[in-house]
Amino acid sequence: MAVNPDYVGRTYPPSGPYPVDAALIAAFAAAVGSSDPVHTDPEAARAAGYADVVAPPTMAVRFAQASDRAYVADPEAGIDYSRVVHGEQRFVHHRPITAGDEVLGTLTVDQIRQAGGHSMITTRTELATASGEALATCTSTIVVRAGED
Amino acid sequence: MGARSLASVSVGDVLGPVTVPVGRDTLVAYANASGDQNPIHQDEEFARSVGLPDVIAHGMWTMGAAGTVVAEWAGDAGRVIEYGTRFTKPVVVPVGGARIDVTGTVTSVDAESGRVGVDLTVTSEGQKVLGRCVAVVRLD
Repeated sequence: MAVNPDYVGRTYPPSGPYPVDAALIAAFAAAVGSSDPVHTDPEAARAAGYADVVAPPTMAVRFAQASDRAYVADPEAGIDYSRVVHGEQRFVHHRPITAGDEVLGTLTVDQIRQAGGHSMITTRTELATASGEALATCTSTIVVRAGED
Repeated sequence: MGARSLASVSVGDVLGPVTVPVGRDTLVAYANASGDQNPIHQDEEFARSVGLPDVIAHGMWTMGAAGTVVAEWAGDAGRVIEYGTRFTKPVVVPVGGARIDVTGTVTSVDAESGRVGVDLTVTSEGQKVLGRCVAVVRLD
């Protein structure tokens, strides 16, 4: 099975909305070892200028990966997920994701490259609120390792 | 607590070193919080069946834990405005747990925009696990 190069440039309809709540933010912050009170204390978050508790910077990946699924799971895309490893990840935050946000993710397939039998797929997910406020640009490169056969 | 002041930061300032422990329970918690339930991060038998030495940490856990070091240095996690990395080597997490070691260096300070660039070095068992790990924080 080969990765289908025809998907480059394709943009998917927005996926979501993914609701963000305080419990999810607290769980993610704990998992990455962050005790910053802006994740768990609404008063501390408001004092720092935010509407509510703030997601850790890498929590955006949860919504980016949820938005990726429509592409990655598409049989026509030719991605054998059992051979996928994460190559690169980058976030540009337009404003922190906070509790109460309803996040929509719009996925674009930016690039598909081949090297040594491996395929490198770069996707970009624009996260925004339902009302169109930009939250984060998440760029991910996954590597689909060559098969043995 | 509060954000670090821009005036207090200079190129060459060092963050850490900070050692972060990671156990199998950490990976279960991360899987639940992130939605990434790939069994290579939880199930030793499955991980070995696909040719890995043992359970490995989510690359995104490692990136996230290193991001925490930057966020805590900045004094406000909402100040981390850009963050990117390559995943160069997996962090192997045996049943007794593992650890990552995180250090950072301030590489740029823009007095106009308040953008502060930080390069991170993240190792486990002495080996670099993240490559080109760079964050930008915005300070006043």
